[in-house]
Amino acid sequence: MAPNGLGVENYWTATRNGKSGIGRITRFDPTGYPARLAGEVRGFVAEKHLPSRLIPQTDRMTRFALVAADWALADAGVRPSHLAEFGMGVVTASSSGGFEFGQGELQNLWSKGSQYVSAYQSFAWFYAVNTGQISIRHAMRGPSGVLVSDQAGGLDAVAQARRQIRRGSKLIVAGGVDASICPWGWVAQLASRRLSTSDDPDRAYLPFDPLACGHVPGEGGALLIVEDDDAARRRGVRTSYGEIAGYGSTFDPKPGNGRDPGLRQAIQLALHNAGLVPGEIDVVFADAAAVPALDRIEAAAITAVFGPYGVPVTAPKTMVGRLCSGGASLDLAAALLSIRDGLIPPTTNVSLAPEYDIDLVIAQPRVGALHTALVAARGYGGFNSAMVVRAAE
Amino acid sequence: MTIREVTIEDLKRILRESAGADENVDLDGEILDTDFDVLGYDSLALLETAARITREYGVTLDDEAATSARTPRRFLKVVNSG
Amino acid sequence: MRRRVVVTGIGILAPGGIGAKDFWNLLVNGKTATRRISFFDPAPFRSQVAAQADFDPETHGLGPQEIRRMDRAAQFAVVTTREALVDSGLELTVRDPYRTGVTIGSAVGATMGLDAEYRVVSDNGRLELVNHEYAVPHLYDYFVPSSFAVEVAWSVGAEGPATVVSTGCTSGLDAVGYACDLIREGTADVMIAGATDAPISPITVACFDAIKATTPRNDDPEHASRPFDRTRNGFVLGEGSAMFVLEELDSAKRRNAHIYAEIAGFATRCNAFHMTGLRPDGREMAEAIRIAMSEARVSAEDIDYVNAHGSGTKQNDRHETAAFKRSLGADAYRTPVSSIKSMIGHSLGAIGSIEIAASVLAIENNVVPPTANLHNPDPECDLDYVPLTAREWRTDTVLTVGSGFGGFQSAMVLARAETSVA
Repeated sequence: MAPNGLGVENYWTATRNGKSGIGRITRFDPTGYPARLAGEVRGFVAEKHLPSRLIPQTDRMTRFALVAADWALADAGVRPSHLAEFGMGVVTASSSGGFEFGQGELQNLWSKGSQYVSAYQSFAWFYAVNTGQISIRHAMRGPSGVLVSDQAGGLDAVAQARRQIRRGSKLIVAGGVDASICPWGWVAQLASRRLSTSDDPDRAYLPFDPLACGHVPGEGGALLIVEDDDAARRRGVRTSYGEIAGYGSTFDPKPGNGRDPGLRQAIQLALHNAGLVPGEIDVVFADAAAVPALDRIEAAAITAVFGPYGVPVTAPKTMVGRLCSGGASLDLAAALLSIRDGLIPPTTNVSLAPEYDIDLVIAQPRVGALHTALVAARGYGGFNSAMVVRAAE
Repeated sequence: MTIREVTIEDLKRILRESAGADENVDLDGEILDTDFDVLGYDSLALLETAARITREYGVTLDDEAATSARTPRRFLKVVNSG
Repeated sequence: MRRRVVVTGIGILAPGGIGAKDFWNLLVNGKTATRRISFFDPAPFRSQVAAQADFDPETHGLGPQEIRRMDRAAQFAVVTTREALVDSGLELTVRDPYRTGVTIGSAVGATMGLDAEYRVVSDNGRLELVNHEYAVPHLYDYFVPSSFAVEVAWSVGAEGPATVVSTGCTSGLDAVGYACDLIREGTADVMIAGATDAPISPITVACFDAIKATTPRNDDPEHASRPFDRTRNGFVLGEGSAMFVLEELDSAKRRNAHIYAEIAGFATRCNAFHMTGLRPDGREMAEAIRIAMSEARVSAEDIDYVNAHGSGTKQNDRHETAAFKRSLGADAYRTPVSSIKSMIGHSLGAIGSIEIAASVLAIENNVVPPTANLHNPDPECDLDYVPLTAREWRTDTVLTVGSGFGGFQSAMVLARAETSVA
C-alpha cells in the first residue's frame, strides 16, 4: 500500500520507472507548517474494499492494513478458512497507532466533553489494532504480536514471524502499515527535527546527497505472507518470492559514551545468521535517513562491511517517503521483487556526495540477476535492524 | 427530556453512522422486530448508537436497558420512555 | 541442549506498593489501592475510581531533564529497571553490550503525555490545525512509544535487540515471553524485560466509560474492583510497571545469582472473535495455557497456583473460569486462583508483568495472594479464588494468564528453578 501505487504490481511498476508519490499534502492544509510535503496514498476508497461495518471503527491505517492483508493472502493463494486456525498468526509493527482517529477523539473530548468520545476509541487507535483486526477478519488464532521500534519495526515484525514459524506456526501475516498524516501527527513528526522543509517534491528527500536536508514522511507499508516452507509446499505453493535468510538487531550506544553506532553490527549479525559472507549479497536497500550525520554512519557501516563500492546500494523510498513502521516491510517487498525481476530500482533525484564510498544506484534502474538482498532499517532513538532475503530455491 | 420521539428512520440513520450497514441486510425492510445480531450490530455498535442518541436527543438512557434491548422496537421503547 | 531462562532481578512500581517489598506487603495483607481519581477532576466521568501510584520522580532519582522529557510510563520503567538491576547484582559493564537486549510491554504508550500535549497544541481542542510552535521538543518520543525502550537501554547500557511489545492488555506477559525467546535462540544472554503503562488520563477514562468496561462504583472506591464476585461491574483502571533481569540459566548459576524462578513456558493465541468482546467458552485462552504447560513439561496437577487475569468485568471472569476448567480439568477446582487486580487495579499493558512479579514472589515466599473484595462469589465462577486472605501454600509452579482487547490470550508458566523440569 504505497504512495506511488496501490497493490504490488502498481507499486513495482511505478518504482521501476522512478515514479514518485511525493507531493504537497492534501489531507489537511499544510500552509502553516514548516514541512509541507508527504507521500500520501492516493485513490484508496476504503468502502470499495471493506464492509461498511468496519469503516466507523477503523483508523485509515487499519483500513490500509486490512486491505493489504486481503491482497497479500490473495497473492499467496491462501484461503484462511482452509487452514488450521491455531497455525496462522499476525505480527505487525506499529509506530503511532491510529493517530488520526485518536486526534478526532481527543478533539471530541476536549472541545465537547467526555460523552462525545466514541466507543471505538477503546481500540481503534492503540498499537495492537492492526494485528487484532486482521486476525479477526481471517479467523487467525495462532500466536500474534505487535512490535514498536519506530522505522526498524517492519523488519522486527518479519523476524518475529520467522521465529513463530520455527516454533511451529504455519503462516504469519507480517509487516507494518502506518498512516499519521494528520495535523496532530504532523506536528509530532516535526518534533523529530528530521523533516525536510523543501517544497519541491524532487528536491526534498535526498539521502546520501550533498544537499541532504531531512526526509519526507509518508503513509502506507506492506504486509507479507510468511510461511513454513513445508507447509506451503503441502498446500500447493510452487513459487515463492524468496526466503528470510538472516536477521540481526542492535541498539545504538547512549550518545556520548564513545562506542560505535550499532548498524554495522546489525548488518554483520544478519549476514552471520544467513550463513553468508558480504560478497554474496547482491544489493543493499538502505535505511536512507537523509540527515547528513545519519547518512554518514550508514555509508560508513556499509563500506566497512562490504568494502568501498563493494555492493550496489539503493533507496527507492525516495519515491514514497519514510513510512514509519511501513517503511522497512515495503523495502523488503521491493527487495524480493528486485530478486524476482533481476532489477534494482533507482534512488531517484539523488546525486551521490563524494564523501560516501558506496555504489548508489541512481538515475536508472540496474538490470542483472540478483539472488540475495540485505535490507537495513533504523528507528529514531537508536534502533538498528538488518534482514537478508534470498531467492527461492 | 426528549423533545420529540426518536423514530425508526432516525434509528436507522444513527445505526448506519455508528456502525455501517451489513451488505446482506436490507435496513429499509421490516426490521422492527429483527434481532440486532441478525442485523449485524454488536454490543459496541449499540453502545455507540445509544451514545449518539443521548447527544442528539438529550435523552439519558439506562445503561443496562439500552444494551439489553434485542430489537429496534425494544430499543426505541427504551429511548422514548426516558 | 535447550537454553533456559531465569529471573534474577525484580523491580516493581504499583499502586500502594513501590518497590518489591512494599508491593508484596500490600498483596499479602489483602489491602486495596483503588481510590477516587485525584490526577484530575473525575466528576464528568462515569467511572471515577482508579489505582494510582504515589510516585514522585525526584525521590526515585530522576533528574529534571529526564522528568521533563519522559512520559510518566517511561519514568516508571526506568525506576523499576534500576531496582531490578540492583536486585540482580549483575554487573552489565563487564559484559558484551550487544548480548544484552531490552523488551518493554506497553498497551497505550505515552498516553498521558500525548493527552496533555494535545490540549496545548490544539488549544483545548479548538484547533484542528494544531499549532506546531507549542509542541515540546520531545513530542516525537510520545508519538512513538519505542522511546520507552530507548530510555531503558540508555539507563543500562544495552546495545542488543531492543523493542516495545504492544499487544494491549497482554503486553506485560508477551514482552517477557518475547525476551525469553531471544535468550533461548542465543541472540542474547541477558534481557531487561517487563512492562509499563500510565493510562490514568481523561482520554483513557473516557474511552472505557464509552464501552462501560470500567466500574461506576464511585461511592466505594476501595472495594470497587471485585473479580469473580457476583456484584462485579467492571474493572478499575490502574498504572504501574514491573521490570525483570532475565538471564540464561547456566550463566546465572556461574555467577551465583539469586534465581527467583524459571520462565518455563509461554504461549500466546488470539480469539479472533471481537476487538473487545469475549465468547464465554474460553477455548483460545485454554489453548494458550495448554501450550505453555506443554513447553514447561508440566501437567495440570503440577500447577500450585493460578494468577488470573481477573479484571472484574462480567464477561472476563466468566470467560477465564471456563478457560481454566477447559485446560486444567478437575485440577481447576483443586488449585488456588487469585486476581491481584482486586487490589491494584488493571494497568493495561503493565499488569501482565506486575502479575509475573506477584507469581515469582509467590514462589519465593510460598504464599498465594488473595482476591480482595470477594464476599459474594458468582455461582458461575465456582473455583477457589482465595477470598480476602492470603494463604500459605507450597508454590513451586505458577500459571499466570492475560487477556486483552484485540483478542490476545497469553499464558506463562513460572517454576521454582530447583524443581523445574522444563
